[in-house]
Amino acid sequence: MSTLRLEDIGKSFGNFAAVSEVNLEFPHGKFICLLGPSGCGKTTLLRLIAGLEQPTTGQIKLDGKDLTAVPAHQREFGMVFQSLALFPHLTVGENISYGLRIRGTEKPGCRQRAQELLELVRLPGVIDRQISQLSGGQRQRVAIARALALNPKLFLLDEPLSALDAKLREAMQVELRQLQQRLGISTIVVTHDQREAMTMADIVVIMDHGKVQQVGSPLETYRNPANAFIADFIGITNLLGAVWHPPSTVTVGDITVRIANPPANIPNGAPVKLSVRPEDVHVRPAGEVGVNRLPGTVTFIRDLGSSVEITVECFGQRLLAVTTPRERLNTRVGAPVSVELPENSIVVLKS
Amino acid sequence: MTPQPPRGLRDYVAILYPAFMLGVFFVVPFAIMIAVSFFRRNELTFYEPAFVLSNYARLFTTFFGKSFVFSILLSALVGVLVVIVAFPFTYLLTRLRRRTQVFYLVFILSVLSLSEVIIGFTWSTLLSATAGISNLLVFMGLLDQPQAWTPSLTALVVGLSYLGFPYTVLVLYPALSRLDPELPEASRMLGASPLRTFFLVVIPVMRSSIISALIMVFVFNLGAYVLPQVLGRPEHWTLSVLITDQAIFQSNMPFAAAMAIVLMVLSLMLVAVTLVLGQERSSQR
Amino acid sequence: MTRTWSNLFMALMMIILAAPLVVIAGVSLNAEKQLLFPPEGLSLQWYGELLSQPDWRNAIANSLIIAVISAALAVSIAFPLAYFLWRYRVRYGPILYGLGVAPFMLPPVITALGFLIFWANSGLYGSIVTTIISHAIFFTTLPLVTISLGLQAIDRQIIEASTIMGADERTVFRTVVIPLVRPYLVSGYAFAFVLSLNEYIVSYMVSGLTIETLPIKIFNSLRYGYTPVMASVAVFFVLVGFVVYGLIARFGDLPRLLGAWAAREP
Repeated sequence: MSTLRLEDIGKSFGNFAAVSEVNLEFPHGKFICLLGPSGCGKTTLLRLIAGLEQPTTGQIKLDGKDLTAVPAHQREFGMVFQSLALFPHLTVGENISYGLRIRGTEKPGCRQRAQELLELVRLPGVIDRQISQLSGGQRQRVAIARALALNPKLFLLDEPLSALDAKLREAMQVELRQLQQRLGISTIVVTHDQREAMTMADIVVIMDHGKVQQVGSPLETYRNPANAFIADFIGITNLLGAVWHPPSTVTVGDITVRIANPPANIPNGAPVKLSVRPEDVHVRPAGEVGVNRLPGTVTFIRDLGSSVEITVECFGQRLLAVTTPRERLNTRVGAPVSVELPENSIVVLKS
Repeated sequence: MTPQPPRGLRDYVAILYPAFMLGVFFVVPFAIMIAVSFFRRNELTFYEPAFVLSNYARLFTTFFGKSFVFSILLSALVGVLVVIVAFPFTYLLTRLRRRTQVFYLVFILSVLSLSEVIIGFTWSTLLSATAGISNLLVFMGLLDQPQAWTPSLTALVVGLSYLGFPYTVLVLYPALSRLDPELPEASRMLGASPLRTFFLVVIPVMRSSIISALIMVFVFNLGAYVLPQVLGRPEHWTLSVLITDQAIFQSNMPFAAAMAIVLMVLSLMLVAVTLVLGQERSSQR
Repeated sequence: MTRTWSNLFMALMMIILAAPLVVIAGVSLNAEKQLLFPPEGLSLQWYGELLSQPDWRNAIANSLIIAVISAALAVSIAFPLAYFLWRYRVRYGPILYGLGVAPFMLPPVITALGFLIFWANSGLYGSIVTTIISHAIFFTTLPLVTISLGLQAIDRQIIEASTIMGADERTVFRTVVIPLVRPYLVSGYAFAFVLSLNEYIVSYMVSGLTIETLPIKIFNSLRYGYTPVMASVAVFFVLVGFVVYGLIARFGDLPRLLGAWAAREP
């Protein structure tokens, strides 16, 4: 069992706090994504876990043992670097078995293990090639094989797919996930691509400005973002300005909107943001009566074939609605419409 | 816009002036020197046009032959010593933060700019019995009596090493700066301590840069003219010293020219090897 | 742990590099006309002598004149050459580059001897012009290497962009190439300048008997008696180096000028 615990981790470079107040616990065998925009501290956090940097404050514990003072080369983690960092002076097989060789494993044992791993990453037959002879995707797999060679307790990856083209990247996301599930190994991946995180992760850790913003399953963070930043970062959302009235309504302009999951502790009259996903915004004919209806005018229609995007302006704010061709309202730019916001699709966030 | 061959005469404008300057003031002197190396020495007019091989033959006599071999061995020894120390130093230097690197670089450049004369003077003072390290040690009570450690072979090796160190650092600097920092990190993650990483990954990956640097500092050492005279005894005089000696004090220009040509051919061959290694490296990328 | 060892190692090397300079500085401050260390009694008189005695001042003047002019000449040769090699593809390109680089890569004695024979036959032997031209050729290498580095660092797409916006070749050169290459021109000049100041063997062979530069004077003094003034000259050279390179570092990106990638992080 390898439970990783980060207690009050902080890392500063001079005056700049790259990471602060991080408290996390990762159960064994899960696929975890550290997600956030550039500069949010996710790579720094990964490097702290790997031991390539020392934390300014806090402790790192693996299965209860304090790892903070243990140097990187003794932590027995496997890591795939952003630049892949394959050794140019060694063949594919020698790269993969590097960790074994420096621990004194004999050549035949090394070679056999390298073959096994190449089978695992589905790249047989290249064991004696030079790194320079491989394509980007092949090098990617060799890097993964090398990191897994010693059956590490943690598998760490720093933006592993950023150098691949879009199609290859999507294929690799699925493969990585399947590989991780087959091996059952605890995996932490750093990425800035939220779709990647949604595809692969069991748990998503969203970071911004060095702090953890939210931890949860991908779907949780999508459905219940903790703040406006997360709501906007994960997927696409509408952020509507409104005024809060306890116990469970808001006013947008002069319309009252009912909320199914009201938050606590927001004073009466406080400004809030309503997060509604485009697929939950329904555009209905003007004048139709119902609950949670906002009057608006259509400003833009985008017909993409498989989906239709309608932009509506309500009370000076823009709302995006996404629907299928079958269910769309037949309307045009400039027409008045009634926009429905179902009460259990709205997440109220502090402004 | 990949470079195209020049088309009209106008395109050649840029090259005319440099080609002229280098042609007249570099190629011509060398051509003359090659010619002179075949001339015969003359007591009255210094040398007269001729075609003799005696100058080259003289190089193979015992005295000059020994100096030639000594020069090569000394340069090689110092080259190896310097690279062994300068390589880890430069590697560590390139891993430092940018701002710290600048301090080191300014200092190293300043030392590099010092001419051999200054370095010769400085080290002969430093190793003397009146104004040097031994005086400091006596002052501190670690030594009984001041000692003169110069002139000697050791002094010469130390001086040459001091001379060659900054040069080697600057030769190694570009390649080492460009070393992907994630390579040594990958090695550490795979379980190799920083020291093992240095020997198993950094050195092999930088192999051709190390060899280039060795060659460059070897040629550099061959050119040392002042240090052998100031820090060494006459038996330590290298080829460069003898060339000057012959040219100016013995007035034997043809012989000096011949020695210079041999030295030049050796240096050019080695520099060519360095350039080839450089091409090889960039084509592998 | 390893960090402490590497810091120690680097500190040690810097101490070894600096130690001779410290000793020389100490010697230059000695009160008596002897080379002693540690110095007995401190005095700045030797620096005074350096600046007041006519033969030392003459040597300083010669060295400065030669350095200023020959460095400029060296850059004037190196720049068009580097530009030509970068702009056009010619089969003899490596040969031209080798020609530019050769004077400095060879043992200086050889170059010096070649110049000696040449100037001896030219009738100009002994004039300061010979030293200036010889230094210019000898030091073409450094500006050539630096400027080539700088030109290679120019993203070709920038040039394409300016061409599409209507710039002809001369305009591109004036508005794009020169501004981007200027730091390398300056640092190339600075390198050549500092090295010319310090240079001994070429100036000696070419006109050493008539034109006495600082290094020549020191070497002659080495034979005829040591005075602490020589130490103050050595300190002077070190200070010049510090100032020049410090200025370059202050106003430019020194690591990049020496071949590193452009800075991307703090």
